[in-house]
Amino acid sequence: MLQREGETRIPAGCAISGFINRSGKRTNGSVIVNSIACMHERSNGLGGGYAGYGIYPEYKDQYALHVFYDSGEARVKAEAFLDRHFDVVNLSRIPVRKNPNITDEPLIWRYFVNPLPTKLQDSQLDERTYVAKCVIKINDKIDGAYVFSSGKNMGVFKAVGYPEDVGDFYRLEEYDGWAWTVHGRYPTNTPGWWGGAHPFSLLDYTIVHNGEISSYDANRRFIEMFGYKCNLLTDTEVITYIIDYLHRRLDMPLEDVAKVIASPFWSELESGKFSPEDTEKYRHFRNVYSSLLITGPFSIILGFNNGLMALNDRLKLRSMVAAEKGDTVYISSEECSIRTMCPDVDKIWSPRGGEPIIVTLDKGAERGNK
Amino acid sequence: MPVNYMNPLFEVVRDHDKCIKCRVCERQCANEVHKYDAELDRMVSDEMTCVDCQRCVCLCPVNALKIRPNENRFRDNANWNQQIMTEIYKQADSGGVLLSAMGTPKEYPVYWDKILLNASQVTNPPIDPLREPMETKTFLGKKSQAISYDENGKAHYEKTPYLELDVPIMFSAMSFGSISKNAHESLARAATELGTYYNTGEGGLHEDFYKYGKNTICQVASGRFGVFKGYLDAGAAIEIKMGQGAKPGIGGHLPGMKINDEISKTRMIPKGTDAISPAPHHDIYSIEDLRQLVFSLKEATNWEKPVIVKIAAVHNVAAIASGVARSGADIIAIDGFRGGTGAAPTRIRDNVGIPIELALASVDSRLRDEGIRNDVSIVVGGSIRSAADVVKAVALGADACYIATAALLSMGCHLCRSCNTGKCNWGIATQRADLVKRLNPEVASKRLVNLVTAWNHEIKEMMGGMGINSIEALRGNRLMLRGVGLNPKELEILGIQHAGE
Repeated sequence: MLQREGETRIPAGCAISGFINRSGKRTNGSVIVNSIACMHERSNGLGGGYAGYGIYPEYKDQYALHVFYDSGEARVKAEAFLDRHFDVVNLSRIPVRKNPNITDEPLIWRYFVNPLPTKLQDSQLDERTYVAKCVIKINDKIDGAYVFSSGKNMGVFKAVGYPEDVGDFYRLEEYDGWAWTVHGRYPTNTPGWWGGAHPFSLLDYTIVHNGEISSYDANRRFIEMFGYKCNLLTDTEVITYIIDYLHRRLDMPLEDVAKVIASPFWSELESGKFSPEDTEKYRHFRNVYSSLLITGPFSIILGFNNGLMALNDRLKLRSMVAAEKGDTVYISSEECSIRTMCPDVDKIWSPRGGEPIIVTLDKGAERGNK
Repeated sequence: MPVNYMNPLFEVVRDHDKCIKCRVCERQCANEVHKYDAELDRMVSDEMTCVDCQRCVCLCPVNALKIRPNENRFRDNANWNQQIMTEIYKQADSGGVLLSAMGTPKEYPVYWDKILLNASQVTNPPIDPLREPMETKTFLGKKSQAISYDENGKAHYEKTPYLELDVPIMFSAMSFGSISKNAHESLARAATELGTYYNTGEGGLHEDFYKYGKNTICQVASGRFGVFKGYLDAGAAIEIKMGQGAKPGIGGHLPGMKINDEISKTRMIPKGTDAISPAPHHDIYSIEDLRQLVFSLKEATNWEKPVIVKIAAVHNVAAIASGVARSGADIIAIDGFRGGTGAAPTRIRDNVGIPIELALASVDSRLRDEGIRNDVSIVVGGSIRSAADVVKAVALGADACYIATAALLSMGCHLCRSCNTGKCNWGIATQRADLVKRLNPEVASKRLVNLVTAWNHEIKEMMGGMGINSIEALRGNRLMLRGVGLNPKELEILGIQHAGE
């Protein structure tokens, strides 16, 4: 019998795409759906998904939890857990449209929640850590329940199928966001489980990833020391946890996060390319965060509450193209998909391996309110 | 006439047609096996003292010599085999404890040989080390995760003492006394050239070798031989030796006859006296005592040097390592039961301790389960025989490997396992001036450099095949390993899947 994510490790090739508008102008989800449709050949119909930022302006201060349930019992258990830990402001099924290519859907629910103040206080954790712990706990302990999106004013939508069908299924044309990312999956196995589709997310961090990292188990066994549980055994999951650990928990700026996970080669560090202070810092990173170095091919787009970061492995073993038009930055596995979103870009280039592209909202840009 | 219960272990086979009676074998054999018989005008042998060190074979200019096992057998008995019977005769003769040298020759499972490595196919690319950077630099020491950024975005972080290795291989502890001065010099020079470290063992540091200090690990063992402030300051790190894989629970004994002027001076003991290392450190009877010694040594060296605690792989090694990790040590060295020794009681060597593969796997898992793997680096030794063993050790979770037997082999040792006799014909495990001078540090250090360089090339090839271009991404990466012919319990302890899974 085929095993699903979490029971076996499934490598996957993929397509990714994304864009962000710096000034916070919101764009309709149909744009990102079109961008991935033109890279149809890079997926094989076994998974697709989206992350949209700024899509819930009416609930922008609540954590939006998107949850898959295998059964009604799982929902009862998970909702009991949510009621114990959160004040649920709103709950509903996520609206979907029947699509002949999307079948076997689980129950898909959405909750807008605030942490219960007394529980939060008792936990002695900051709010985001509290929410992250609750999400990890549901996914780890409640059989048949899977929280696949848990940030504020953002959401993940994913399913088994081609990404353009997934976009249609979730009616993405009804959402507007200041940033979108998308993933089309080409796994080398047939998991058929919706939770295994990408993006993977924790809080407002989402990752779409194309590649197969060779450092997986070194990364996994290290990050699990810090309370994370890699239940899906996928690259994307472990990369998300690494970024959560470095960026949220250690408060490291994304520029430095990139230097940890795609560190400069020793030859570069010895070449005098960086300032003495940076050289010293990067040497230190390679010493103490060495188990978070990611090797093997990857191209990722990280979404977070304030922007996007794109990063290639340091040898650039996966394609990734970036482009700019006005205050919008586009990133994709292939140029064709960028041209679909914006035929006349001002600038288009191929970022070097290990050199991140970090785009954040301009100061004063009100997230999702334009 | 007294009965001789001892048979020669080996036969010296000499092709008299080839022999030119140059007598080089005679001059080279400290065991006095070969002799020229003028009456017969031919070379003759006293096989009784032959140890099969192969020195005569290697130096015979006409290839006239072969040493082979004595074919004389006691009556076959699977239970009371030849070796067991011989040992009983020996003990009935002497009334003493049997002594042996080097690692156990017994047929215990070698788990390295039951573990296979992965390689990339299709879904991700292998990386060619001849075309792309392939990094093996390794840092050993505590890895403090804390970092903070000030309002200008400048990072502030704590730097703890560390060792920096260009290759994930170091030379393991061998004392001046157990091996010769020339052997020590060869190791020191090779470590310097390779950008790695050698280890003084418990015999102190000869004054001529202080200049290699930045590539030296200074050991502090239970006898405290040669330990003083200048010694501790000389090295790059300090190693507290709590145990040795070949003889866990046992101290050491360098007989007085080996304590010559130089050893006496280096060990800081009178010439001709036995150098006895007690089984325990007499100031360490528990884990909290170890913590005090770790901190004393750190205090003595201004908190500038990492402290290694070396333990033998014994049954409870994971819990012991966890205690050591919490005792302030920066690095834990684990020595497996197949590790070598200059001399150990045979029964201890052949029966005490556990294989390094299992010890490493359980220590690494345990430290991760407890969330303290970051507080220490793990170095493993005790029969690392090839680059493949190194790669497997790193993938199981080691930061680096210690090699000693392999290093001795590269200098000429043929594993005759007679180090305790002090008559090493290769000039390695001896203090006899005429034998020591046979080992040329110029040549021997070059051979050591060649060996480690060759292994490093092989490590890079294997990493590249796995699509890994930096050794840190291999560390603890057990998905790269599969077992063959291992039972479920062994796989569980090693934390790996079976081939085909």
